[in-house]
Parts: sequence; structure tokens; C-alpha cells
Amino acid sequence: MRLQTSTAVYAGGFSNPPVTAAHAFRAAMNAMARPGQIQNISGAIPPAGVSVAAGTLLLTLCDPETGVYLTPGLDSDALRGWLTFHTGAPVVEAGQADFALGTWDALLPLTRFRAGTAEYPDRSATLIIEVPGFGPPNAALKGPGIKGTAQMQLPEISAFRNNAVLYPLGVDFFFTAGAQVAALPRSTQVTAEA
Amino acid sequence: MYVAVKGGERAIENAHAWLAEERRGSKEVSELSLAQIREQLSLAVNRVMAEGSLYDPDLAALAIKQSRGDLIEAIFLIRAYRTTLPRFGCSKPVETGKMACDRRISATFKDAPGGQVLGPTFDYTHRLLDFKLAADGEVPEAAVAEPRREATPHITEFLQGEDIIEREPFSDAEPGDLTREPMSFPAGRAVRLQSLARGDEGFILGMAYSTQRGYARNHAFVGELRIGCVPVEMEIPELGFAIEIGEVELTECETVNQFKGSKTVPPQFTRGYGLVFGQSERKSIAMALVDRALRWEELGEDNVGAAAQDEEFVLSHADNIQATGFLEHIKLPHYVDFQSELELVRKLRREAEELAQTLAAREAAE
Amino acid sequence: MNTTFFAEDRKGWMSLLASADEARLTELWHGFGADPACEFLRAPEAGGVMVRGRMGGTGAPFNLGEMTVTRCALALTDGTVGHGYVQGRSKAKAEIAAKVDALMQTGAAEALRAAVLAPLAEERQAQKDTRAAKAAATKVEFFTMVRGED
Repeated sequence: MRLQTSTAVYAGGFSNPPVTAAHAFRAAMNAMARPGQIQNISGAIPPAGVSVAAGTLLLTLCDPETGVYLTPGLDSDALRGWLTFHTGAPVVEAGQADFALGTWDALLPLTRFRAGTAEYPDRSATLIIEVPGFGPPNAALKGPGIKGTAQMQLPEISAFRNNAVLYPLGVDFFFTAGAQVAALPRSTQVTAEA
Repeated sequence: MYVAVKGGERAIENAHAWLAEERRGSKEVSELSLAQIREQLSLAVNRVMAEGSLYDPDLAALAIKQSRGDLIEAIFLIRAYRTTLPRFGCSKPVETGKMACDRRISATFKDAPGGQVLGPTFDYTHRLLDFKLAADGEVPEAAVAEPRREATPHITEFLQGEDIIEREPFSDAEPGDLTREPMSFPAGRAVRLQSLARGDEGFILGMAYSTQRGYARNHAFVGELRIGCVPVEMEIPELGFAIEIGEVELTECETVNQFKGSKTVPPQFTRGYGLVFGQSERKSIAMALVDRALRWEELGEDNVGAAAQDEEFVLSHADNIQATGFLEHIKLPHYVDFQSELELVRKLRREAEELAQTLAAREAAE
Repeated sequence: MNTTFFAEDRKGWMSLLASADEARLTELWHGFGADPACEFLRAPEAGGVMVRGRMGGTGAPFNLGEMTVTRCALALTDGTVGHGYVQGRSKAKAEIAAKVDALMQTGAAEALRAAVLAPLAEERQAQKDTRAAKAAATKVEFFTMVRGED
């Protein structure tokens, strides 16, 4: 048995869980409902190397019944301990994950994540992609939740187009930087911005 | 078809206020405390915990008080409350072999090691009303004897020694959970047992009785029935080891059923299993019989078309909250549906009358 | 400190606290007197745990039903972390359990063991013995019936 003597693992949770989680959930929901629109999200202070936005999403969305995949670059005892204490979520392989956390390059290829089944399209993964920031747009977005078109910066175009083709199957994406989040659900059509 | 209707708020408020008054009953009579319900109506509390699928005697007592003793309404309240609780995790499977038995009997072995312990049973009472209870009667202390300190072994262990009863294959496979994933068929034995454990006692009893009366070949002996407390252990992820998070009272029934054998299995005894929260003897025996009847396919038996062999029939109708919800909703306003039905019946009648008139006119003309 | 031994001991006291009677635990805790300053790492929260059984008592697991559990985690001013997981919905009980768990890892352990844990363990054993003794009194003694004459 390993004694976790560091209290760091226990710190950084929501100070007022019902209220903070409700605000964070609203931000996450608005992000998914308005693809490409940036929302503020905060409340958690995760171990070093993980953004406030990603940490807050994990505490809001994960529980003992959601498997989380941590990419090798982010995976650490500190992060595992923190996630375990605050959410009880088990750390799992990519193929079993309900949520996955990492940078875009570390998460690829997308095919290793669950895309749902015809009967249960919801049995699919949600990817939380840590990005350096929300830079100038390179993609045009169309689809539910978007009046006309929206723009955002994506790490590439083709992977997101291929994912949208799978609809109603596919994975969904959150992009996190600092205390901000944007999202791209599988229902959004992506084209390169002219 | 559901149509929103407005109005009636005042009537509803007043109905609720009157309900509260009726629940309280005459103020000449002192009010029931939750402790009184928990201690003196403990079998009702047990049933509400078992079918509400939440072990918490104080909450069950509150639900019984609030529901004026309507146990299905109380179970409904507990189920609704249960959904508001965050799930911390799952326990390690309880070890019923380590139960501190209040009661432990076997209908198959007179000299079972550990003995036949009757416990606080209604069996052998004469079912005569005891009018002394109508007055406040002091109860004499129950007799005591030298307590048994060691664990009481399961009876089936002895049959297993002779290899004359099927073995329960041990596994740590993650069981399905019908409170998390909608039920689909075939459900598998784990989900069946969960469904039966929280199913309506009356329904499970009726199903079990039907197997005894010949609707599914399933002659059962109670190999063992035991009631008592077991500790519940859970792995605590942040600690890295398991601790006891409490203790629950359980009733466990193992039936032993004759089995003529199949192409691959020699004649032997097979098993049915019942496990229920609280002291719920009737329910656990009934559960074991229905569990055994539902196992016909895996044991290579014939489906004789009995209701208790039909997994979809049994599991879809065992839940009294689902059943009562669907049953009772038909008393709520269906004015628009009924208007369309009324129109339809009027139209059919008009057509029938017109047809009769046409036929009569034709007959008269001929 | 031998960590395996410590875990075994800790499991013991956490388990004892989990099913302790709330009123009695509160009384013994107040009797102990010291209420250390601490900071919540996880404020007391009530939830459910799915209780599992095994098919036939020894086979594959299945979900039996849930039970209520309240948990709490806190840190003493010296950084010692205490966890409480207790049966039922009492936040006060979970908090006391977490404080006891924390103090049991400090120099106060022996005094606390004597003031709170030992009486709890003793009373629990006595309760179990009383029930077992009543059960034993209802044990059936069979007599083989013998015919009147050969």
C-alpha cells in the first residue's frame, strides 16, 4: 500500500460543489450547443500541466462510472490521484474511454476511441483537447446550433470532417485553454475557411 | 396523446392540505415517531428498503409515515429519493457465508453443521390474534444460550463435496445494472437477480407459486434459508484499500432442485438463489424459485411455455413502481383522447345505422 | 511505521466508525474533548453505494440494491489527512469519523483509541453477542423417535 501523504492530491476541488458544478455544466452545455463559441469555465485547480478549463470539465462530467483516458504526456500520479479523489473515475485504455484528455497530437488517431453503435450512438467518447489558445479561425462550421456559419481554429480539418461523416455515430470534442472552453459536436459540418 | 391543461391549482393545494390532515389522523391520538415505525413495523420497513432498492431504515420509516402506510407509495418515494444520491461506487460482493445468523434453517438436512436456528419467526405461531397487544403489554426478555462464535457454513457446500449439485462458477465479471442501463433481453442472470430483488413481493410470490402448481417443472426444496447481518466492504480509491462502510441485514435462500440431466450434464441437483434486503423470508424463497425457473435455457430444459420461464414477461412486470405508474396514469385527464374516441364510436354507430337502413330498404323493395 | 500493519489497523477503525451508532459516537467524541482545527478537503456529502451479492452466495456478482453512505475528507493543520465513510446520511457523523481517522495518525492515537474506539468496539461486540445468544436459544435439538417396543 502506498500512503498518499501529499495533500496536493486533495486540493483544487470545487469549493462549493453544487453551485460550481452547475455553472461549469452550463458552460459545457452552452459550448456544445453553440459550436465554436468560446465560454468561460472555472472552479477547479488541477495539478500542473492541465488547464483550469480541462480540470473543471473533468470534475463536472466524470464520476465512478465514466472511464477516463489520459494521454502519456499528461498522465501522472498527481493527476490520477486528483481525479480519483475528486471524481472516483477510473483511468482506462483509449478504447474504453468515455472521456479522454490530451493534446491533439497525443490523442490521434481518433479511430481508437469509441464512436457509439447504431442502437446507442451515445456510447461514444468525448475528447477534451488541450490547445495553446483560441487563435485566428481556419475552419468554417455549419450545422445545429449555428446560425449561418461560425468560425474557429482547429488543429486540422480532415479528421473533423471524417468524424462528422459518421453521424449519428462519432466522437465529440471540447477544446480547452486557460479558463476557456469551446466545443465541436459530431453534428457540425467542417470546411476549411477560404 | 397528452395535452397540457391549465387550472385546478387551488383544488390541488386544498387536496394536499386535506391529505396531510388525513395522514395525521385524529389529533386525540399521539403522533407516530419514525423510531416507532422503524422499530415496531420493521418488516414493513424492510419491504420498503428491498423494493425501494435503498438500504436506510430511517428513510424507509419516513416514507411509510408520509405514505400513510401505503407501501407501494412509500417505495415510490424511496426510489425518487434514490435517484438524487450521487453514486460513490459499488461494494465488494457481500460474503453471506460470514453472516451473523439470527435465523438459519434447512428443509433438506436435519443435522446441518451449525444447526437449525429458528430465530424470531412467525412459523409455529397459531395465527390467533393476540388481544394482549391491544393493551400495552410488557414483553418478557427472550431466552439466551451459549452463542456460536464461528461462521455458519452454507449447506450447499456439503452437497458440493459429493459433487451432486451444480457449482456456481466463481467470477468477478462486472454485472449489469438496470438502474444505469435500460433492460434489454435476454437480460442475463445478474440483471434478473437484481430485478427480482427489487421486484414486487406479491408478483414474485405469485410467479413462484405458479411454478409450484406445475407451470414450469421446478420442484424446489429450501436447501437453506438464513437471515442476519453482513458487513459491506468497499474499495476506497483514495485510500488504496477496502473498508467496511456499514452493515446490512439480509435474507438469503438457496433452493435445491432435482434435475434429470441433459446431453452434457449428469443428473444432479440445480440451484435457485434469492437474496433480499432485510428480513424478507417469503420474498427470498419466491425469488429463488423464480430464478430457478428462469434458468431453463442455460440448463438445457424445455420451455413449457410457463409464465415463470418467460424472462421478458417476468422482468417487465415485476417492478411495482413501473406497474403502478402506468396503471394509475389512466385516471389522469385524457379528455382529448376520449373526445376522438367518442367521435370515432359515434361515426361507427352512424355507419352501422345507415347500413341497417339500406339493408332494410333493399329487403322491403325485394 | 509498517505501512501494511498501519493499513490493517486503519481499516479496523474506519470500519468500526462506519457502522457506529451516531448518538453514541457523538457522545464519546465529546467525551474525548479535543476538537482539532481542520480544513475540509471534501465537505461531508451523502450518496449511495451499490451493494453487491454473489449468485448462490459464491458465484458471479450481481447488484442487490444501494445503501446510503456519507463521506468526508479533511486535513489537520499539520497536513494529516482524515477520511470518513459512514453508513447513513449524517454529515456530523462523517465529520467526526474523518477527524478520528486523522487524529489516529498522530500522537493522540492512544488516548483516542481508549476514549472512543475501544468502547465502540466493546459495545458492538456485546450487541452481537446478545443477538447470537438469543439465536442460540432458538436452536432446534432433534430427538430420534423410538418405537415403543421391539
